[in-house]
Amino acid sequence: MSSNDFGFDIKGLAEAGLTVSLSGRLSVENFDKMLSFRGDIFSKYKPSSLVIDLKDVTYMDSAGALFLIEMEYESKKEGIPCEITNMTKEQRGLLELIDRDAYEKSFQVTKKAGLNFIEQIGHEFIKFLDDIKNIITFIGMMIIKIISSLFRLSSIRWNDVLTYMKKSGVDGLPIVGLISFLLGLIMAFMSSLQLKQFGANIYVPALVSIAMIKELGPIMTAIIVAGRTGSAFAAEIGTMKVNEEVDALIVMGFDPIKFLAVPRVFAVMFIMPFLTIFSDLFAIFGGFVVGVLGLDLTVHTYIQQTMKAIKIFDIITSLIKSVTFAVLIAGIGCHRGFEVKHSAEEVGTATTSAVVTALFIIILVDSMFAVVLSYI
Amino acid sequence: MKEIAISVENLTVRFGDSVVLNNINLNVFKGEILVILGGSGCGKSTLLKHMIGLYEPEKGRVIINGIDIINADENKLRELRKDIGVLFQSSALIGSMTVYENIALPLREYTGLSDDAIERLVRIKLAMVGLSGYEIYLPSELSGGMKKRAGIARAIALDPTILFFDEPSAGLDPITAAELDLLIKNINNGIGTTMVVVTHELESIFNIAHRVIMLEKEEKGIIAEGDPYILRKESKDPRVRNFFNRHIPEHLYQKT
Repeated sequence: MSSNDFGFDIKGLAEAGLTVSLSGRLSVENFDKMLSFRGDIFSKYKPSSLVIDLKDVTYMDSAGALFLIEMEYESKKEGIPCEITNMTKEQRGLLELIDRDAYEKSFQVTKKAGLNFIEQIGHEFIKFLDDIKNIITFIGMMIIKIISSLFRLSSIRWNDVLTYMKKSGVDGLPIVGLISFLLGLIMAFMSSLQLKQFGANIYVPALVSIAMIKELGPIMTAIIVAGRTGSAFAAEIGTMKVNEEVDALIVMGFDPIKFLAVPRVFAVMFIMPFLTIFSDLFAIFGGFVVGVLGLDLTVHTYIQQTMKAIKIFDIITSLIKSVTFAVLIAGIGCHRGFEVKHSAEEVGTATTSAVVTALFIIILVDSMFAVVLSYI
Repeated sequence: MKEIAISVENLTVRFGDSVVLNNINLNVFKGEILVILGGSGCGKSTLLKHMIGLYEPEKGRVIINGIDIINADENKLRELRKDIGVLFQSSALIGSMTVYENIALPLREYTGLSDDAIERLVRIKLAMVGLSGYEIYLPSELSGGMKKRAGIARAIALDPTILFFDEPSAGLDPITAAELDLLIKNINNGIGTTMVVVTHELESIFNIAHRVIMLEKEEKGIIAEGDPYILRKESKDPRVRNFFNRHIPEHLYQKT
């Protein structure tokens, strides 16, 4: 037997009473062994009384104490007397630390299974409806606050607005530019493969610019801003909620929506149209590269064809669209942040949900724009 | 001579340009409760975090049970970590796990016991800290005192020989704080665990400490060491006497 082992020696007769001499370490690493030993004692030997001798025990931790308590507990259940001898002062101290009544109380490892399938569906549906209601309420409230602060411009925290403009606009420009450039490049290249067959390469510039300005520019920018900025807003405000910072603002007499959400929404509102225009320009430049290098169009033709295709009306509607998206993205981001209550996990959920909800609503609103604009 | 559990040798800590702790030497003996105390910002928690190896010091070493925790290799450190339990200031329970899962976590990682055995062990840990019946609660559903108890249960999950407490009674009501002190004392009596406690609650200090060391901000080091009752009466250093007697230093009186 190595010194790390748990050992035992059983003396006496089952009818007359057993003496169990334990030795070695009564500790966590031998806990499984002790448990099976305990089972053996009661099922194999069926003693009429039990004496547990701890004389040779070198070390006992709380797992050992647990083992002794269970031995006593089991004996009591079987109705046999059980005695523990040669216990040191430390071992007694450890045993006394355990509240036995509490230990014997019922114990649950997992939560009871909650709702059945149909109830769950109903539950989720109600949650979904609630969520829609909450978002609409929040965005409505925010728009009122934005309008009311427009009448009192000094009440807006302009420094914050500038910071967020830099964070969501200037810092986001490289990725918006790169993605739009590649998008324009790909669009021009793919469409030219088809148009070449009809000798209609000349229409590539119009295709790229119309598609970008009318649809893809605002949408691509919105998707990137939702991923970069909407999520950041949700995480920032969510963490502030966890740290009770939002509560502190309320107590100090600030309106958290005005203090936190309004500057963010303003910043994104100001910056989104610019990002959208940049996105359009970069995409047209991407198309231009393909057109000039790959399709034998001259620089002059390409620019002329592009200019011919672009209408001022389309640019204006695309900017209106992007401002709408801005309000939605920033609003949803802030709303999700405010929904966090007190755990780190909720911050993660809020961040994910801010992006997913924003994307969903952007597509929804974009299709509404498409229908409305087709009638104008 | 008592056996040494932790020894801190020439520890110097620097954050950026400012030296927080300068050349600290300190021994913790087996089975004792050592309280590290001092005013806010004197580096109590910093010292504790260096003792458990969370931060790397500028200079010096920390030796726990004969192992240099700053230079030890990964395997030795893993062994050592089994022997150390820490209760953090905010309890640091994993928010997405229930109390049961939090306490079972180190047991699952280190012991390879069956689920049944782990369940029993968690149960007994909860019975030890008086939190039976709360196993399926999430940390966010617990009160501050209960969180601390759950934190202690997790810290003692593997029956460590050394326990560290970072401000155990901060933010608790006097009764809960006193209960927690009693729990700390009982664990120390029962299992003989070595304990290092960072606190500035006078009540706790007098209740639990076998020995205290006092840190001071200007000194960047230890200005007093010994039995708190004796220090309160007999220390020659006014800073130490002021601390134990809750005196505001005189120069501050004149300002107001």
